[in-house]
Amino acid sequence: MSNKTYNADLSRRHFFSKAAAAAGMAVAPGVFLRQVHARPADQAATSEQRWGILIDTNKCAKGCDSCVTACMDENGWGRADASEDKSSPHQKAQWIRKVTIKDKQSGHVQSLPLMCQHCENPPCVDVCPTGASMKRADGIVLVDKHICIGCRYCMMACPYKARSFVHEDLEDQKVVAPRGKGTVESCTMCVHRVDKDGTPACVEACNADNHNAMYFGDLKDPNSEISRQLKEYGGEELRADLGLNTGVRYQGL
Amino acid sequence: MKNVQFMEIEGRSFGYLALLGILGAIILVGLGAWYVMEHEGHYVTGMNNAVVWGTPHIFAIFLIVAASGALNVASISSVFNKTAYKPLARLSGLLAIALLAGGLMILVLDLGRPDRLIVAMTYYNFKSIFAWNIILYNGFFAIVAVYLWMMMQQSMNKYSKPVGVVAFLWRLILTTGTGSIFGFLVARQGYDAAIMAPLFIAMSFSFGLAIFLLVLMASYKWTGRPLGDAILQRLKNLLGVFVAGVLYFVLAYHLTNLYATEHHGIEAFILRDGGIYTQLFWIGQIVIGSLLPLVLFYHPSTGKNRTLVGLGALLVIIGGMIQLYVLIIGGQAYPLEIFPGKEVIESGFFDGQVAEYAPSIWEVLLGLAGVAVALIMVALAVKILRFMPTSLADEDVDPHHSA
Repeated sequence: MSNKTYNADLSRRHFFSKAAAAAGMAVAPGVFLRQVHARPADQAATSEQRWGILIDTNKCAKGCDSCVTACMDENGWGRADASEDKSSPHQKAQWIRKVTIKDKQSGHVQSLPLMCQHCENPPCVDVCPTGASMKRADGIVLVDKHICIGCRYCMMACPYKARSFVHEDLEDQKVVAPRGKGTVESCTMCVHRVDKDGTPACVEACNADNHNAMYFGDLKDPNSEISRQLKEYGGEELRADLGLNTGVRYQGL
Repeated sequence: MKNVQFMEIEGRSFGYLALLGILGAIILVGLGAWYVMEHEGHYVTGMNNAVVWGTPHIFAIFLIVAASGALNVASISSVFNKTAYKPLARLSGLLAIALLAGGLMILVLDLGRPDRLIVAMTYYNFKSIFAWNIILYNGFFAIVAVYLWMMMQQSMNKYSKPVGVVAFLWRLILTTGTGSIFGFLVARQGYDAAIMAPLFIAMSFSFGLAIFLLVLMASYKWTGRPLGDAILQRLKNLLGVFVAGVLYFVLAYHLTNLYATEHHGIEAFILRDGGIYTQLFWIGQIVIGSLLPLVLFYHPSTGKNRTLVGLGALLVIIGGMIQLYVLIIGGQAYPLEIFPGKEVIESGFFDGQVAEYAPSIWEVLLGLAGVAVALIMVALAVKILRFMPTSLADEDVDPHHSA
């Protein structure tokens, strides 16, 4: 989505919410039902939802990195940000990556995407001195770029190496994902899409490729697809021993 | 004991001015290095997204740990009533403040956004040990400053003991906080251990006293003031005990890890297969930083030789820096165990591989600037205020001395 269309969406939404407020419920409320279903921008996220992603490693195709490239294009990092050219591969941002693992006993090989696991008890949030690392009420773990001082303690604390530090000046950033030199960033679960009833770009790309290895949804809604999948087939946490209760779960590990 | 006379140093000699000039130049160069890092971004440093704390943190944590340890000499006199240490108490407090200031300067300047220092001072997440440390560091400055005041103004001397007790307790809490920065990291194989707190306290005793000993020897030599063997022998014997104490905690840490299968990976990495980290551990930390100083301090033929005692203290400092390198860089270089029982055969982000890190010149220069800041603060303060006794000759400090 280009910046321009996003802005158009935003102003349209503002228009609708204002219009809805002004017109009140007296004027056919059903007309606006679709538009006002997404949480208005002035309302905080609530703990009525907990957003999560379920990844079926049996369906995740080896060699496919659609989720990674979709994330890059959506959030403006990696191939979508030519200005990050001085950092080494070890220094460049990596919001999501593909990992191939082999079981040491059986030799079974699996492929999976790895990103911020959006823990219920996130170590990055615990250690952050200023509170820039934070968890929204709906379970999405984010960095408040305004108060991140770039101490990198969250990166020390994260068990998944899910966070990146911006090592240089960046240009042409996406409006939906501001990035700044000297601050830390990671997967936002495409919070800008989620707030508009959308689906994270990685999940969308996986489905578009017909792999259907990723499910996004509300873990607290027993009728959501992700909850039904988890109930029927289960889903494992990475580093379950740490007791973090991750919002990202894996099947077939 | 005779009444100890404290006096400012004259501070007009060529040597003194040269010292200030050299330290000032190191600071300027370090600030230049900082400007490069902040202007360009941290891509010019050795850090990356796996090894996020690099050389500046080694310097900073070394100085911060040493700061609380440098205060021990004052604590021994005020809290534990050892009168022989009393003449040294002021210098001990001064050094503590100076080392902490140097360390914090490095830490702040290595932030991704040092311009947001005010944010760090105004937004607190009280579950973060880092946030607690910000309070502990600031409190340490205030308490030690008051402590120095109590010691230096005669009418306030009677309060130096209670304030000294507060300072002593505060420094123990402070170093517990510094060690817990690593102790509280649940995800990393090399950290996540309660022993980090007492280990860091032992390290602070050792590093702080080693620096104190060297600063004392240098300042008395350069100002031509007498420094007796009695006080030096006491200090070096004590330093030896502290070095052995660190060694004990290191031993307990590795033995515990070696017992638990889940920690065999990190232990094999540090103790056997880690290349540079293994070499630094055995040669740098254990032999140069621990065993050699112990021999120099306690062997009858070397323990009475000032130069060799000074060399021993220098080795403790070098070994301490190396110990922090192994702990901080080695602990991060060892890959995270994200998939226990599985082997990573391909990754878009170097999972399962030992992370690379090589110190950049900018980081080293910034670190050295922090050391220079600490030393220049001491050099200036002893010229302005009465920190140093005019004589530490045996007959002036030890009532039972018989020459």
